[in-house]
Amino acid sequence: MRDFKWPALQERSLIGTRVERVDGPEKVAGHAKYSYDLLPKGMLFGTMVRSPYAHCKVVSVDISAAQKMPGVKAVMVVQGNGTEIHWAGDEIVAIAAINEGVAADAVRAVKVEYQPLPHFVLDAIEPKENIQEDVGPLSEDDIWDALGNQVPDNQLIPRLQSDGITFKPEADDLKEFKEEGASQALVDAIRNAPQKPATKPKVRSPYKRAAEKVQGDPATAFKEADVVSEGYYGIAVITHCCMEPHGAMMTFGRDGKVEARISTQNVSGMAGQLAGPLGIPATDIHMHQDHVGGGFGSKFSPDRWAVVAAQLSKMADGAPVKMFNDRRSELEVAGARPSGFAKVRIAVKKDGTMTGWESSSWGTGGPGGGGAPPLPYVFDIPHQKKSHIAVSTNIGPARAWRAPNHPQAAALTMCPIDDAAAKIGMDPYDFFLKNIDYTGPRARVYREELVKADELMGWKKNWHPRGDQAAGPVKQGMGLSIHTWGGRGHASDCDLTIHPDGAVEMKMGTQDLGTGTRTAILMVVADTLGVPMSQVKLLIGDSNYPVSGGSGGSTTIGGVSSSSRRAAVQAINQVFAKVAPALNAKPEELTAKDGKIFVVTDPGRSLSWKQACAKLGAMPITTHGRNPDKDHPPDLTNSGVGGVQMADVSVDTETGIVRVNKMVAVQDCGLIISMTQAESQCLGALIMGISYALYEEKVMDPISGRMLNADMEHYRLAGIGDIGELVVHMMTGPGYDERGVIGLGEPPVISPGAAISNAVANAIGVRVSEIPLTPDRVLAALGNTEKTSASTANRAFGSFGNRFLAKGGA
Amino acid sequence: MKTRDEELTPVEEQPEVGVSRRDFLKISSVVVATPMVVGPTVVKVAGAEVPVYGPGAMPVSLTINSKTYKAQLEPRVTLLDALRHEFDLTGAKRVCDRGECGACTVLMDGKPVYACSILAVDVQGKKIETVESLTVSGNLHPVQQAFVDHDGQQCGFCTPGFIVAAKALVDKYPNPTPEQVTHELAGNFCRCGTYAGIRQAVGEKKGA
Repeated sequence: MRDFKWPALQERSLIGTRVERVDGPEKVAGHAKYSYDLLPKGMLFGTMVRSPYAHCKVVSVDISAAQKMPGVKAVMVVQGNGTEIHWAGDEIVAIAAINEGVAADAVRAVKVEYQPLPHFVLDAIEPKENIQEDVGPLSEDDIWDALGNQVPDNQLIPRLQSDGITFKPEADDLKEFKEEGASQALVDAIRNAPQKPATKPKVRSPYKRAAEKVQGDPATAFKEADVVSEGYYGIAVITHCCMEPHGAMMTFGRDGKVEARISTQNVSGMAGQLAGPLGIPATDIHMHQDHVGGGFGSKFSPDRWAVVAAQLSKMADGAPVKMFNDRRSELEVAGARPSGFAKVRIAVKKDGTMTGWESSSWGTGGPGGGGAPPLPYVFDIPHQKKSHIAVSTNIGPARAWRAPNHPQAAALTMCPIDDAAAKIGMDPYDFFLKNIDYTGPRARVYREELVKADELMGWKKNWHPRGDQAAGPVKQGMGLSIHTWGGRGHASDCDLTIHPDGAVEMKMGTQDLGTGTRTAILMVVADTLGVPMSQVKLLIGDSNYPVSGGSGGSTTIGGVSSSSRRAAVQAINQVFAKVAPALNAKPEELTAKDGKIFVVTDPGRSLSWKQACAKLGAMPITTHGRNPDKDHPPDLTNSGVGGVQMADVSVDTETGIVRVNKMVAVQDCGLIISMTQAESQCLGALIMGISYALYEEKVMDPISGRMLNADMEHYRLAGIGDIGELVVHMMTGPGYDERGVIGLGEPPVISPGAAISNAVANAIGVRVSEIPLTPDRVLAALGNTEKTSASTANRAFGSFGNRFLAKGGA
Repeated sequence: MKTRDEELTPVEEQPEVGVSRRDFLKISSVVVATPMVVGPTVVKVAGAEVPVYGPGAMPVSLTINSKTYKAQLEPRVTLLDALRHEFDLTGAKRVCDRGECGACTVLMDGKPVYACSILAVDVQGKKIETVESLTVSGNLHPVQQAFVDHDGQQCGFCTPGFIVAAKALVDKYPNPTPEQVTHELAGNFCRCGTYAGIRQAVGEKKGA
């Protein structure tokens, strides 16, 4: 009989090993079909008329000419007269036509009149004045923002009691707040808050005070410090730039049922989100997706694209409509990682102990403002004072980007800490170790990882103090950073069926983003049943299969591996019960391995998998696996990982160009199911990290309010020649494996920006304040060691932007 | 049209078939010779007769993966859109749609080109090979197998373009140096970050 717990090392046949990605062959063959590739008979091509203004009102829309064009099958106004538009590229009119050429012609035939309004896209300017005083009753959105910005209860609750709220909280609202992390005290305060009519803020401003928090006695800590290190740091807005753009192929059949083929990270969540906007029950919506060309946090919702495509399909008498963003729109509207900027002070003792932290940070998450990065990151310095201002801009709507808020927090913490170490002349490796107990329960993990990373990078052997003294214009340096993430497995259900002929089938409404989800599920099932992976047919990506969570927050592997394990253990135990009599044994004496069922103490008494399954009788057996599942302990997933990364760079001080020579990632993620894909995940994260550390930035034009680099030539991703040598080491074995399975999608992408920035500072002797570390920023830092300032555009147009603010702002 | 290789390595300007931008400006001053219902209008430009297509759909015949494909296409349709929308050959992907990312790479007369930046009407008579041609009777091409062996794909959307570019690379340099790998694959981008596996797949020395 099998236990539900993960098998011990010596009992694992597949778990933790290196296997080929199961969907690799169809991807390399070009046979893998993505939603963007679908071409059903009679399909129409959808496109959008988009706002050229970053902030405007729609005055009038005339679609009559477009409607009359031959080949145009449906035209609908998406945002009509009077709508306020908050970012360039937002959708105004949707069109479906027989081919893309006709659709493009129809776009030109639509007449839209806009009333331009002042826009604001300069997020790097430090908010010093014109900060909106947060007074008056809170709207529902205000409370969501406060939760997102981690406003502490001791601020929010008195606010609710004194100022009240503008809405009547329903039970569902309160439940949602609670699910979003609101404490019971806060939920009670919302329920009991006086309801008042909304008031207009006195000052219309993009700057809204968010979290302010004091811990311990920072004033004394700074007074008693031996050294105080201070600086300005920032990390720009970037976009997801998924290779497969956002979009969907939708069919609204004449029978009133919808077939959805959405490019998504959230197969099981689509029908429920579509039901409301389409006005049909979720049960009449069927969602299917075989492959998705990247998501990175930006593809959880059907979005307007899928909803509108379905509506166009209905208007076109049920013809399928494919609506995907073109590249410009994809970069302008389909994903923005919030920026983060901060002025930071750290109080340090001579021996390297940090005693105090002070930060005033700001950043934009688009029109809504966005979340505050958790500062100081990982190191819980005892005495802290911190404030955050959320900046509303017309840069475009924010979307979750791998490890939301963490890459920003790492940049705004690990860079100041590196500067503090430099200020007292200490090797940052020793400085991090000196303070490692501030990391709490994971201090041991970080210690072990730092030692391993040193070994792989040759840090202690090669490190030099800040400022490479070697001759010549090219300077070399090393930097490091550490990070953390949760990664507990999400809710996941699955059905496993074993047929009398030995065939095995697994159904689960999950998705494989290229992280290796398919491979990992098959490894768990095959390992548990003792059969080869090829014996198991895996069906995922369909709303007809048991519900499994969206792939975000590194929750997938913990969820799908746990539910798979539980389903497979129940199934194999049923097989043991059926075949025990034939082997003259009790079920608890049996085990399964290498395609055989046999008696543990007498392996000669065995049946092949096929023979064993034949004893099931005429009917197959089906078991249901769940996560979480208190009835089938133990808990198979866990939360909380640590990782250490080191970077070695060369900086050309004449051109400002930074090149990564080598990166080392040492990562813990509990029990690893599929070693090859875990390593690939870390390698990919390092590459994506190099990309955002050196190149990526959503460059906004302060005059037009539009993104200047909305294409892949100027929105530059790292290429194959930009990545240097990459070394990945996964922490496994005692101390790691027994924690259970923990997600890996986010953690390794958090540190590269900080590690590379620190390496550049180590090379050239000064801090380049902002990420990406573009040549202009590097040269500016080299030319001005006293003070580094905001990004080029913000610097050049700062006064211009402030004029907009004076006129009324965003 | 230029192959990607020529974009990366400047070469002498090649004589081109069709109408160049410069010639096109002169067309307004020439007399249309033979207007036809089907097929190109022929005009005299700089002493030579050249066909002018469109703007309506016209019959196009393409040789793709050793097969002949026929369709009625407007001259503005790119090779990539013809492959994907007319012939359901969706291995080549549309990502940037303007010759920047390489996801649509196909071979034209053996050389890698961006299918998004070539008009379908212009490649009639050329030999086009897409990623679909590389797997024969279910057997992966050695380059494809190497990508699988070294986990050189994640989401897989850039992978077909990389496979075709990598095939062209190893055709040209069976044992490529790291510099040759970097140069020949510089025209392809990946978002998931699969370059480490791809470098190993195309035989680059470890750690280089």
